[in-house]
Amino acid sequence: MESKPLEEILREHPFLEGFKPEHIRKMAEMALEVQFGRDQIIFREGQESGLFFLILSGKVALEVSAPGRILRVQTLEAGEELGWSSVLGEGGKHFQARSLETVRALAFEGARLRQACEQDPSFGYALMRQLLRVVAERLQATRLQLLDLYAPRAAKLI
Amino acid sequence: MNESGAERGAAWLTRIGLDQLIAKLKELGYQVVGPRLGDGAIVYDAIEGVKDLPAGWTEEQEAGIYRLRRREDDALFGYNLGPQSWKRFLHPPVLRILAAEKSNGEFRILPPLDRPPRYAFLGVRACELAAIAVLDRVLLEDAFPEPNYLARRSELVVIAVQCTRAAPTCFCASMGTGPGVRSGFDIALTELGEGFLAQAGSERGRGLIESVEHEPASEDLIRQAEEAVADVAARLVRRIETQDLARRLQQALESPHWDDVARRCLACGNCTMVCPTCFCTTVEDTSTVPCDRVERWRKWDSCFTESFSYIHGGSVRTSVRARYRQWLTHKLSWWVDQFDMFGCVGCGRCITWCPAKIDLTQEVSKVVASG
Amino acid sequence: MSATAERILTTTRARVIAVERETHDTFTLTVAPADGAAFEPFQPGQFSMLYVFGVGELPISISGDPAEAERLVYTVRSVGQATHALVSRKPGELIGVRGPFGTSWPVKEARGKDVLIVAGGIGLAPLRPVVYHVLRNRDDYVRLILLYGARSPRDLLYRKQLAEWGRAPDTQVLVTVDYGGLSWRGHVGVVTTLFRQLRLHPAETAAFICGPEIMMRYVIRMLEARGLAPQDIHLSMERNMKCGAGFCGHCQMGPYFVCKDGPVFSYRQMQPWLDVHEL
Repeated sequence: MESKPLEEILREHPFLEGFKPEHIRKMAEMALEVQFGRDQIIFREGQESGLFFLILSGKVALEVSAPGRILRVQTLEAGEELGWSSVLGEGGKHFQARSLETVRALAFEGARLRQACEQDPSFGYALMRQLLRVVAERLQATRLQLLDLYAPRAAKLI
Repeated sequence: MNESGAERGAAWLTRIGLDQLIAKLKELGYQVVGPRLGDGAIVYDAIEGVKDLPAGWTEEQEAGIYRLRRREDDALFGYNLGPQSWKRFLHPPVLRILAAEKSNGEFRILPPLDRPPRYAFLGVRACELAAIAVLDRVLLEDAFPEPNYLARRSELVVIAVQCTRAAPTCFCASMGTGPGVRSGFDIALTELGEGFLAQAGSERGRGLIESVEHEPASEDLIRQAEEAVADVAARLVRRIETQDLARRLQQALESPHWDDVARRCLACGNCTMVCPTCFCTTVEDTSTVPCDRVERWRKWDSCFTESFSYIHGGSVRTSVRARYRQWLTHKLSWWVDQFDMFGCVGCGRCITWCPAKIDLTQEVSKVVASG
Repeated sequence: MSATAERILTTTRARVIAVERETHDTFTLTVAPADGAAFEPFQPGQFSMLYVFGVGELPISISGDPAEAERLVYTVRSVGQATHALVSRKPGELIGVRGPFGTSWPVKEARGKDVLIVAGGIGLAPLRPVVYHVLRNRDDYVRLILLYGARSPRDLLYRKQLAEWGRAPDTQVLVTVDYGGLSWRGHVGVVTTLFRQLRLHPAETAAFICGPEIMMRYVIRMLEARGLAPQDIHLSMERNMKCGAGFCGHCQMGPYFVCKDGPVFSYRQMQPWLDVHEL
């Protein structure tokens, strides 16, 4: 896997499913391979990290801290995306991200991705469409989570 | 003597003959249940003889209205239907289904109570025969026979009475259940003047007729009875269009008309209590203090209560709209899926006894039209 | 009435022989016949009516191994008066049992396929007999995949067994919680988020789902999107039940009595009705 060219690695990642070869090439040009050790903070809540990651292996927990405790609200694994808000480039990170084990990922600078989108609207459309899918999945999962389905008084929100 | 009438087990019975029939049934060990005046209505209760029957009484019925009225004659069966149905004997409103006692610190389940009475029903209308057939299908002829119903039903003697008048709330003809009786009885009576045409529907019925004073019935008498029943059929004012109804109701589950009914319905459950086929029950547990004897009591329940559909987390049917819809679609649609028949026999009791005067025959057509 | 019908409909006494605490509010009861006669055998997915003397009767799924018919095992979450009374029984005490009732997971029809189990919360209890059955008849099935979601790590049922099952050959056990703390290193997210880690063979998969109704609807959408046919998806429904045998009328859902036509239905049967509000 280490020796695989970036383009090939990217082609296998579900995020780029349906991307045209030239769009995958463009992504490969912007990608940077990164690795995090176990229990490393990848970014903190509120931080303007500016990086968007495609996870290749390992597990990342999204955390939110409350007085006296830290709550894990989602874990992301190989084939998933981390830091989607960086692509929008507005404000800081919504959650803290922590590697639960050694994590390999491809990192992309949000500013460069935005620039590429503006220069090539067809690439931009492909990227935004996939990003929208990710955001929609997260939104739906969050709503289910909010319903607190297994709570003693399930679904009695109002 | 008219042989063809006799072959069909048809006989002419006077009131004396009817009285002997009641006496004969009692002698055979049956508890005879029939119509009598009570609680400002004609109710079904234990009777001793013809003297207990509501001679000369009838009733006025309309949506939300029931009043006893005197007749100009002294007919014994000159009414149509009171609030009760035979369901209360075959499927009692309250029934102890289990009792247990503590001895040596452990509960011991007590044997069931003595056998229920052997019933003979007198005065069962065509729609009510159909209702008993519906209960049979639900409580006897599915995966398991319901043991309490089975115990009351298996030795039942049914003496039917054909209707020679119709209440404005009746719609048996459109449900295919009346006014004439077809099956499910031992003897069918048709009250004609001072006596009855008695027609046997079973060997047991034939034997019962033979055992009391009777005369052979003439063809003319049989024709008179047929005409009287046909005349009732012609005078029925309410009806339900049953063609394709089960499917059409399932397509109308989101009809806006359900909201319209829900604004009027009080969810009191009267319709389910008077309905001769509504079979739903709940169970209540009782125990003594200290807890050394416990009992479980089965009671009629109604799908109009919110607790009826309660599961952990809340009730499935919280709105009156959903509960009325459940009741009506069960009767006229789901019942067909479940039991290959309608759960409504067209007796009209739910119309008469609805305090909000909701008339199911009208609601059905509006729901279907707006679905 | 047949002898079988009578045995199923009549309350018989059972002696509690073990009560195990699974979580802060959920317990597993093991009972044995108190009066000699053996229990009726059960199929995975069926339920019993359990009676606490003087308190009330409840429909409870059987969560034990169908091959061990001499005992019946129930996993009960204490959420109300009757369930609380049930889980408070001590070993040696008596309860009443009727049943088993209802339809079962179609484990025979699933032979030769992957078995995909998706459970949420206490919904794992009626599915545990399927896991026992598949592991006991391992050669009849291809892969066994168990996706299990709970509210938090402290709400997970059968934690030891989940780990054991995960080590069995051709078995994948993915566990997730809606919310985790720092000590939870497993997956966090609703049960549907586990699907991204799965490679399904839609034509060769039998899916069995049990959990809150909303969760089941979302899981069905995921399975449909991945190409599973409605007849290959099965779900277990919950409705109010007083009798267990189709007589009390409480459990109706459209054309069905959940107690006797269910609790296990194929999605093909349920499809027209599952989304009808307040049916």
